[in-house]
Amino acid sequence: MTTTTHAPPKGKLFEPKLLIGVAVVGVLLLFSLFTGVYDIFGAQDGGEMFAITRIPRTIALVLAGAAMAMSGLVMQLLTQNRFVEPTTTGTTEWAGLGLLAVMIANPGASILVKMCGAVVAAFIGTFIFFLFLRSVSLKASLTVPIVGIMLGAVVGAISTFVALQTDMLQSLGIWFAGSFTSVLRGQYEVLWIVALVGVAVFLVADRFTVAGLGEEVATNVGLNYNQVMLLGTGLIAIATGIVTVVVGNLPFLGLIVPNIVSMFRGDDLRGNLPWVCLLGIAIVTVCDLVGRTIIMPFEVPVSLILGVVGAVVFIGLLLKQRRRA
Amino acid sequence: MITLSAVKKNYSSDVAIGPVDLQIPSGGVTALVGPNGAGKSTLLTMIGRLLGMDSGAIEIAGYDVSRTSSKDLAKIVSVLRQENHFVTRLTVRQLVSFGRFPHSKGRLTVADEEAISRSIDFLDLGELENRYLDQLSGGQRQRAYVAMVLAQDTDYVLLDEPLNNLDMKHSAQMMQMLHRAAQELGRTIVVVLHDINFAGHYADHICAVKDGVVTEFGTPEVIMTDEVLSRVFDTPVQVIEGPRGPLAVYY
Repeated sequence: MTTTTHAPPKGKLFEPKLLIGVAVVGVLLLFSLFTGVYDIFGAQDGGEMFAITRIPRTIALVLAGAAMAMSGLVMQLLTQNRFVEPTTTGTTEWAGLGLLAVMIANPGASILVKMCGAVVAAFIGTFIFFLFLRSVSLKASLTVPIVGIMLGAVVGAISTFVALQTDMLQSLGIWFAGSFTSVLRGQYEVLWIVALVGVAVFLVADRFTVAGLGEEVATNVGLNYNQVMLLGTGLIAIATGIVTVVVGNLPFLGLIVPNIVSMFRGDDLRGNLPWVCLLGIAIVTVCDLVGRTIIMPFEVPVSLILGVVGAVVFIGLLLKQRRRA
Repeated sequence: MITLSAVKKNYSSDVAIGPVDLQIPSGGVTALVGPNGAGKSTLLTMIGRLLGMDSGAIEIAGYDVSRTSSKDLAKIVSVLRQENHFVTRLTVRQLVSFGRFPHSKGRLTVADEEAISRSIDFLDLGELENRYLDQLSGGQRQRAYVAMVLAQDTDYVLLDEPLNNLDMKHSAQMMQMLHRAAQELGRTIVVVLHDINFAGHYADHICAVKDGVVTEFGTPEVIMTDEVLSRVFDTPVQVIEGPRGPLAVYY
C-alpha cells in the first residue's frame, strides 16, 4: 500500500479564475447597458430611459441566462442525460400552454397570475416527462431528447390549435420568440424569483449530484431519491415558467452551457454552479447584443441567435459523443 | 449478522426467488455463488434494500431493512451494484467523497476527508485521485466504486460481482483487499462471485444459490467438494488439491 499525500480540493468556489470570469461578464453587461438606438447621453430624458429600459434589460439578461443554464444543469443530472434541458423536454412548451390557458381564462390577468399558470403547467409537463423516462428506463442518450422534443412538439401543436381557435396566435408567437425587447421597468420584476431558485439549487447542490449517480447509488447513501426528483422538478418548473412568461423561449441555453462547463471542470455541481451561471449570462448577453446590433435600428429576437448558436454547438456535442462511444 | 426469513420475490409465474432463509454471520467474507440467473444478485440487491421483496423479512444487525429509514441504513450497510455507468463527470476523489454523504450530507469535515483518503489509499488509488472516471480503465473505475462504498464506513458491505472488468492481477488484489477489510477493519463483506475458485480461496463462508433458493451454506472446506459443486453448478466438477488450497476443475 502506498501512502500518498492528499491535497483535498478546498475552497474551490472562490478561485482567481472565477474573478476573471466575473470581470468578463461585467464588461459584457456594460456593453449591454450602453448599446441601443436611444442616445442616453445626449437626449434630455436619457437618464430616465436608461433606468426604464437598459437597466431592467440587463438585469433580465443576468437572471434569465443564469436561470436557464442552471435549470439545464439540474435537469441533466436528474435524468442522467447530457442532452436534456427545458427546451428539449417540452418544459418550455408546457409553460407556454399554461400561459395561454391563463390568457384565455382571464385576459386581463396580472403577470403574477400568468406566471403561476406557466409554472404549474411546466411542473406537470416535466413531471410527466420524468415519469415516462422512469417507466421505460431509457438510458440511450439520444432517444431521451428526441422523445422530449416530440412531446414538446405535441404540446406546442395543442397550444397553436387553441390559439388559432381563440384568435391568440399572434400573442402566442410573440410570447414564444424569446426576446428582451419588451423588458421594461415594472414588468420584469418577478424575474427576481429565479434568483431565489438559484440559491435553493446551490443549497441542495450535493443532493442533485448524488441523484445524478442514479437511483441505486443515491439510495445506497441514504438519499430520498423521489423527494430530490420532486424538488428538482419544482425548481426547474419555477425557473422555466417565470423566464417563459417574462422573456420567452431561450432555446439550447440550458443544453450547451452545462456541457461546456463539464468539459473543462467535470461535474461537481456546487463548484460548477457559479461557472454555469456566468457562462449562461455571457452567452445570452452576447446573443442579445448581436440581436440588437446586426440590423440596427431594429432588433432580432435573441431566441433566433441562440437557436443558431445552440444548434451548432448541439451538433458539435453529438459528433463528439459519437467519437467517444 | 444478516438474517433472511422466508424472503420471496416473484418475477413471473415461472421465475421466482425464495423462500430464502439464511443467516450470514458477522465478520469475514461471505461469497454468494451459483449458476447464471440463480438469483444471487437479486438476493444481494434485496438485502441492500435497492429492491423490495414480496414477502418475508431481512434484518441487518437487528435492523429490519424494510422498516428502517434509508438514511439510517446508509450508515449500517452499503451496496454496490454490478452495472455502474455514470454520465456525471467526476474525479475519483469526488466520487469516493460521496461515500461520506450519509455522515456529512455533502458538507465534508476533516474527519470525512481523512476517511476518503484512507479509502483511496486502501485501494491504491492515490495517484489517480484527481483523474476523471472517464479517463480510467474499467478495472481502475471498478476500484474507485469499491473505494466509494468503503468510505461509507458501514459494518456491512455488499458487492455484486466486484471482479467484473478486472484482470488476473487486479482480481487477486481486490479479493485480498476485501479479505483485509474484513480482517483489519472488522467489516462483514458479502460478495457475489462468478469464479468458484476465488470464493474457495478468499471467502470465509460460501453460500450457494440455485433456482432462487439457497441450497448450501458453509465454509469453503464443506462446499469445495466434487459432489456439492457438481450439484450446484449442474456440470461435472472435480476438486483437486492445488499448491494453495483446493481448486475446482470444470474445463
